[in-house]
Amino acid sequence: MDTQTQPEAEIETRQMTGAQIVITALKEQGVDVMFGYPGGAVLPIYDALYSAPEIEHILVRHEQGAGHAAEGYARSTGKAGVALVTSGPGATNMVTPITDAMMDSIPLVVITGQVPSHLIGTDAFQECDTVGITRCCAKHNYLVTDVDDLAHTIHEAFLIATTGRPGPVVIDIPKDVQFATGTYVGKQGIHKPTYVPQTEPAPARIEAAIAMMKQARRPVFYIGGGVINSGPGASKALRALQAATGFPVTSTLMGLGAFPASHKDWLGMLGMHGSYEANNAMHDCDLMICVGARFDDRVTGRIDAFSPGSKKIHIDIDPSSINKVIRVDLPIIADCGKALEALLAAWTSNKTKALNLKDWQAQIAVWRAVNSFAYAASETEIKPQYAIERLYELTKHRETYISTEVGQHQMWAAQHYHFEEPNHWMTSGGLGTMGYGLPAAVGIQAAHREALVIDIAGEASVQMVMQEMSTAVQHELPIKVFILNNLWMGMVRQWQELLHGERYSHTYSESLPDFVKLAEAYGGKGIYCDDPTQLDAKIEEMIAYDGPVIFDCRVTKAENCLPMIPSGAAHNEMILSEITGDEIDDAGRKLV
Amino acid sequence: MTDTPENIPASAYDMSHADEADERRTLAVIVDNEPGVLGRVVGLFSARGYNIESLTVAEIDRRKHRSRITIVTKGTPHMLEQIEAQLLRLVPVASVTDMTKSKRGVERELALIKVAGTGEKRVEALRICEIFRASVIDTTSESFIFELTGMSDKIDQFCALMKPLGLVEVSRTGVLSIKRGAQAG
Ligand SMILES: Cc1ncc(C[n+]2csc(CCOP(=O)(O)OP(=O)(O)O)c2C)c(N)n1
Ligand SMILES: [Mg+2]
Repeated sequence: MDTQTQPEAEIETRQMTGAQIVITALKEQGVDVMFGYPGGAVLPIYDALYSAPEIEHILVRHEQGAGHAAEGYARSTGKAGVALVTSGPGATNMVTPITDAMMDSIPLVVITGQVPSHLIGTDAFQECDTVGITRCCAKHNYLVTDVDDLAHTIHEAFLIATTGRPGPVVIDIPKDVQFATGTYVGKQGIHKPTYVPQTEPAPARIEAAIAMMKQARRPVFYIGGGVINSGPGASKALRALQAATGFPVTSTLMGLGAFPASHKDWLGMLGMHGSYEANNAMHDCDLMICVGARFDDRVTGRIDAFSPGSKKIHIDIDPSSINKVIRVDLPIIADCGKALEALLAAWTSNKTKALNLKDWQAQIAVWRAVNSFAYAASETEIKPQYAIERLYELTKHRETYISTEVGQHQMWAAQHYHFEEPNHWMTSGGLGTMGYGLPAAVGIQAAHREALVIDIAGEASVQMVMQEMSTAVQHELPIKVFILNNLWMGMVRQWQELLHGERYSHTYSESLPDFVKLAEAYGGKGIYCDDPTQLDAKIEEMIAYDGPVIFDCRVTKAENCLPMIPSGAAHNEMILSEITGDEIDDAGRKLV
Repeated sequence: MTDTPENIPASAYDMSHADEADERRTLAVIVDNEPGVLGRVVGLFSARGYNIESLTVAEIDRRKHRSRITIVTKGTPHMLEQIEAQLLRLVPVASVTDMTKSKRGVERELALIKVAGTGEKRVEALRICEIFRASVIDTTSESFIFELTGMSDKIDQFCALMKPLGLVEVSRTGVLSIKRGAQAG
């Protein structure tokens, strides 16, 4: 946070219209790409954008697409994603991405047009209470009523979106404020006295943590999206601390990539569809070091059986995450990167010898040998897991970014695609938003023009925000939409099998479009494959094509996503190979 | 600090913390007096299922645009800890002080109470008014308005006594609080 103030004379104070203030502030914030859709209440800003070639504006086809694209941009760059939409329906179409970004702590700045100030409250055409609607789903929001507050507000919004626990910030700007002339102020010296995230760990807590770490016999790092949000330095510090301590590492869905999947001490993802070794290590550990994760219910399973014998250290920048779900022994409120660096410094300066973890490692090896992500191979059908494996093998040597939709394909992607670096995996974790992946790929590709960007999709999810294919074609964003087409809303079908006696109510994907023709209709390329012997060649064809592709990969229809911790069960009660239908008791049935 | 398995609930979905008894707390929340700030605070309570027993708000520092919100809430110790943390997450919230836990908090509430009646009941109402050191701020031949300041339970008690004597209407400010001693906050 920059709290320096410049001498009076140097402070930039120029007169311009509100619309120009918006564009000038975005430029000063380093925004090179933004995502948006015009309308009456943002016309002045669009007019100012017309003469601002420095900012690339990606025109989406639906405002939800702009929001998820901005999220994809943000997650893959570490910068704030910016979206610009009109009042009323433009703003309400943004509610899902704003909520998604809030749940997954993604920095967004969303600018919405509003009806002119004197019409607010009259039910004017395309009026809605944007600040009211987004109050509970954004980190913060503003209605700017005075043009002289505008520049300051935009800079403050970027500060709030990107610091502390990141999140979405909404700025609602009435049309008359966009037209009015006011004073521009630069971002220098902007700060908010009531907003002071604690980023430095308390030294005493670091010392206490080291003491606990030294005594551990069965330690585990449980890391989450906070490590990625903290920036590449946090992943580096984590890797160094792990190298110094030898502690095994597991991660939430959101944290994948912070620790290299090729590492011998990598346990794989934990939680409902996590690996056997990760969940058992969590259950049996004697020291859990949670870094930037939040004990989500998909991770903990049954609370009264969650890691019963462990001491728990919890590093988080958000004090409200501490003791929210699981009581911990040692909270450390800090930026993950800073806390990890402090732990590393303390561990090394103590000249702490690596602990003898042989027994623990041997136990982990036994769990690992179960090979819980294994599946029955097939020579006639493409197994969905096989498709991801091949996709991984054929793309791993490139700069590849993966986004996903929501469902079984998302979990198979998390299990079978392996990440070595942070910011290469974008998925909707907290909200579980079907329709996230395709527009997110648009945003990622806009930030990384040369990279290979693949949306691993389901045939149901992909249809939710499908129209952004058109955006990809217009802006020459060669995204690859790789659909694991199982003709089912597979994840829901699986739950119906598990919980509702195989009564498959409304989960069959009826009347699917011909995805190949659809791709062509959009001006992209369509590829169809249902033959495992053809799969590699078709994937190569997809990669080689210089433009957007929809790949209709026909996979086994009723494959279940395993392993699985059924709701209401403990980490060491995983279903490994087959669903029999009697895994879940009555209490578990009532859970989501 | 780790809980023993017996007092951890079975699932995140039905974490009722039923074994913990509810406690009543008065929180002093200092906020930036910007538009919508009260909405944020109230919205937080309803969104997360917290209780509000009373709430008062007014600007206390014109120059710094600071307001003080006093909230009386009820919940388990775990919930109260979350309420404080969640309030502090709101961008315009500068500080949250648990006045009950601090032990140095003094609390007052003001009430205006209308009582209508004649004859013996009217005389009795006035007598009780004197005992409670309430003042009469309006009189007609058949009604009084009493003004009473004190702890909330004193006001409750006053109202209870007025009920058989012709209690018509009550208006209360909700609780205000401040800490004893020379220091602020
Ligand atoms: C917007 C939205 N609506 C509903 C759901 C509930 N839901 C979760 S997974 C799923 C099915 C997804 O089907 P598909 O995209 O084909 O993926 P699969 O599970 O078959 O891989 C549904 C309906 C959701 N997550 N998001
Ligand atoms: Mg499907």
